[in-house]
Amino acid sequence: MLKEYQTIREISGPLVLVEEVEGAKYEELVQVQLPSMETRTGRVLEVDHDKALIQLFEGTTGVDIHKSKVRFLGRGIQLGVSPDILGRVFDGLGRPIDDGPEILPDKKLDINGSPINPYARDYPEEFIQTGISAIDGLNTLVRGQKLPIFSASGLPHNRLAAQIARQAKVLGEGEKFAVVFAAMGITFEEANYFVEEFRKTGAIDRAILFLNLASDPALERVATPRMALTAAEYLAFDLEMHVLIILTDMTNYCEALREISAARKEIPGRRGYPGYLYTDLSTIYERAGKIKGKKGSITQIPVLTMPEDDKTHPIPDLTGYITEGQIILSRVLHKKNISPPIDVLPSLSRLKDKGIGVGKTREDHADTFNQLFAAYARGKEAQELAVILGEAALTELDKLYFDFADTFERRYVSQGEYEDRSIEETLDLGWELLKVFPEAELKRIRPEWLEKYLPRFKKDREEEEAA
Amino acid sequence: MMDQGIIVKVSGPLVVADKMKNARMYDVVRVSEQRLVGEIIEIHGDLASIQVYEETGGIGPGEPVYLTGQPLSVELGPGLIESIYDGIQRPLDVIQKKVGDFLLRGVDAPGLSREKKWPFKPLKKPGDKVMSGDIIGEVPETELVMHRIMIPPGVQGEIVSIEEGEFTVEEPVCQVKDAEGNTRDISMMQRWPVRIPRPYVKKLAPLEPLITGQRVVDTFFPVAKGGTACVPGPFGSGKTVIQHQLAKWSDADIIIYVGCGERGNEMTDVLMEFPELLDPRSGKPLMKRTVLIANTSNMPVAAREASVYTGITLGEYFRDMGFKVALMADSTSRWAEAMREISGRLEEMPGEEGYPAYLGTRIAEFYERSGRVICAGSDGREGSLTTIGAVSPPGGDLSDPVVQATLRVVKVFWSLEDKLAYQRHFPAISWLNSYSLYTENLDDYFRNEVHEDFAALRQKAIRLLQQEAELSEIVKLVGIDALSPSDRLILETSRSLREDFLHQNAFHEIDTYCSLEKCYRLLKLILTLHDKSEQLLHEGIPFKEIQAMKVRETIARARYVDEHELDKMDEIHREIEEESQKFIDEGE
Repeated sequence: MLKEYQTIREISGPLVLVEEVEGAKYEELVQVQLPSMETRTGRVLEVDHDKALIQLFEGTTGVDIHKSKVRFLGRGIQLGVSPDILGRVFDGLGRPIDDGPEILPDKKLDINGSPINPYARDYPEEFIQTGISAIDGLNTLVRGQKLPIFSASGLPHNRLAAQIARQAKVLGEGEKFAVVFAAMGITFEEANYFVEEFRKTGAIDRAILFLNLASDPALERVATPRMALTAAEYLAFDLEMHVLIILTDMTNYCEALREISAARKEIPGRRGYPGYLYTDLSTIYERAGKIKGKKGSITQIPVLTMPEDDKTHPIPDLTGYITEGQIILSRVLHKKNISPPIDVLPSLSRLKDKGIGVGKTREDHADTFNQLFAAYARGKEAQELAVILGEAALTELDKLYFDFADTFERRYVSQGEYEDRSIEETLDLGWELLKVFPEAELKRIRPEWLEKYLPRFKKDREEEEAA
Repeated sequence: MMDQGIIVKVSGPLVVADKMKNARMYDVVRVSEQRLVGEIIEIHGDLASIQVYEETGGIGPGEPVYLTGQPLSVELGPGLIESIYDGIQRPLDVIQKKVGDFLLRGVDAPGLSREKKWPFKPLKKPGDKVMSGDIIGEVPETELVMHRIMIPPGVQGEIVSIEEGEFTVEEPVCQVKDAEGNTRDISMMQRWPVRIPRPYVKKLAPLEPLITGQRVVDTFFPVAKGGTACVPGPFGSGKTVIQHQLAKWSDADIIIYVGCGERGNEMTDVLMEFPELLDPRSGKPLMKRTVLIANTSNMPVAAREASVYTGITLGEYFRDMGFKVALMADSTSRWAEAMREISGRLEEMPGEEGYPAYLGTRIAEFYERSGRVICAGSDGREGSLTTIGAVSPPGGDLSDPVVQATLRVVKVFWSLEDKLAYQRHFPAISWLNSYSLYTENLDDYFRNEVHEDFAALRQKAIRLLQQEAELSEIVKLVGIDALSPSDRLILETSRSLREDFLHQNAFHEIDTYCSLEKCYRLLKLILTLHDKSEQLLHEGIPFKEIQAMKVRETIARARYVDEHELDKMDEIHREIEEESQKFIDEGE
């Protein structure tokens, strides 16, 4: 029988201070029983002599000093796992909310996990085809990568995330695949969109959902991504599945963290976020990857909304320093009706170089994507120049680039929500767009690829023109 | 009976223990029955604050703390090369064999293998007088590194016996008798506390460049062997790729690569790639001269704080052998953040942005441990330690305290710009904002070893690029047609300098490394063409025709010329001559 303490001394915000405690441990799980017999869960943030500082996930509403009872459970927060968790929906603290039966766990895992030994990691290099040209062609995703979507309020990041979850596949393999979805503080409608998407495509049977909605306790969000990642690690490294995990919205997570930090009166870092935000985020993002000798993998797509569309805000900034690239959505493109509105110039996939080329995508991939980038960048520059000086001031060549930037956005970046382009189609489309340039301009493409591929598309154009 | 205290407080990586009468600052302690490694960082009476190098979840008041009486030290000896360590020199490969793919707490493994036997060959004989730092023998550690066994600091006297043969690092290979007649066993391993610089005889001014094979670095902003450099830049600007490139191609004898609070997959990349890549000078795998320290961002934050010290102590040790060592620290911002986190938990009064007030001092001390020195020992050999630190300022903002504190001490500044990165101009080192304070020291070297007019060419190229920046402002306002032909020529040449010279593809098999000779020839080509074009303009040839010269395209592809076929560059020179002669002939 666990000892019950009725020695709460202070309650402030989400924090509760308990005194005269014996043997409390840092990070220990705590249950508080309210006078109404309701129980709340929390964890120990600090122990100092006989005082334990506890953070309650569901808030402190209704907790009092005299009658509430505190129990220390002697373990950290855990998630019970078994193969039955597939296809289930849980709340932000891992309790089933889908009217299904209780999970009979095979084992219980600490949700904080342990860092993967860098020596045990396997380098991610298997190309994942998402069917979206702006990603496959220019910001290639590979298995075991963490590639966040930097979005802003009002942009269709959820549609993009759902499209990736729906279409993502590794070419030529029929391996076990699962999706883990963690919602942090998003609205019911947004969450419902994902649930319906998964249901429509039948993906729900191989998905696990952890839902902490906007109306749910905010501090629960601190645990939600760790619940989801623990489930993902179990699927990947115990059941040998390839897991795609979507975490949305990380901005809400960081705000919950800030709330706790503020309640503890810690010295704030930038914009009031705690100084350890980088370390904390890394313990989430770094749980993606592959391990040598194990079949499964964890690929992460965190979604975050940039406050004021500002990429230098601490949340996107620190995220960008940890993740392996970023997909940035642009309001300007969205207004131009380019969908998905991926801003390809500042977007980046750091792991693409090892995931593309012969045997993975196609030999000409690296060169053509460099060329497309350079051409689009120059086209954008020409467009800026034209704004100031007028189109007439552009040289012939600059005009070519000017037009290219437009065509590129309309045909390459933009595509239907249910359009699933193969990598061949994407690469061919690249050539199709590049053929407008004189060969001397295609400096970034090796002569052998120019010789091999260009005539095919040039010929098409000549035929078109003849017709 | 070991001295022991008792935990009274746990807050993240900070643990406070009572009854710590014999505690000394920066001594290592073992926390709780799990024996987690920690270091004493503050003492109040019998209370000692300890930063713990492992996760502290599940630890609470009442548990014991064991004092070891030793400062945080590293083990130095054969077996360092090709190792991958965490921040406090625990070998990650050994740990994986012990506990599996995830890092668990309280795992202990010595930095150097106790079982492995190394062939020791003496270079001294009984009766020789030796002092600390003297080389008494050597061990072929890898194909690239002949490990020199030195008399540890603080020992001197006469060699009584010295043996050739196979030994483990703990077995004595030599006995030294000091002036008082005490004999001391010398083994191949020494220990050194990481926070204290290793001794040397004298520091010297750095005079030789560290040749990195990166054109923008070697030609424009060179770093000296024994110098310091920093690479600040926002995320996505290619800091890590540059650090990897330097680690791969620098002409150092030993590379120490510290992954401090960065991505796990990046370390994996190094681990997978370095054994396959061949050193362009020796033809041997690069891993055979590399030591890796990997304290990724999700590993305990206090060990991150220690990792840069561990790295630089290993660097100093190899420097003491007379090697040219280069240390890459990626990223020092994470190290500073670790300091900030610990400082915050200690409730110290913060300086700028919450960083501790001693941030600048710590950074300066760290970089000052590099240098070209006359090593300890009687033979007066020279060694050097070059330190290159990446800095990750929030939002790429260079007013960040870590950047500012770093710039106060380092001599080379490679400024990375995301604007260049978006244009896929890599390495995204800004040619306008970066600087190297070594260029004057090194110009003699460039003049003697490469070519008489190397420095002159560099100056000319930099001037052209500066002019380009000014001219582009005008173009933005009034359009390119308003420029005179000679100004347009400057733009054309600068474009060529940027695209054909400064831009370098790290993933292209030939372009990834460029020798000084090739740098020089490429630069010479571009600037010769510029001079020729100026001449042609003078002759009245229209700019459009000069711009359309075929040889420009040949020059654009010249960087893909193989290092063994540099003579091809001479052909391009002839091409320039011929094509411009054609203009003149037609004109007449």
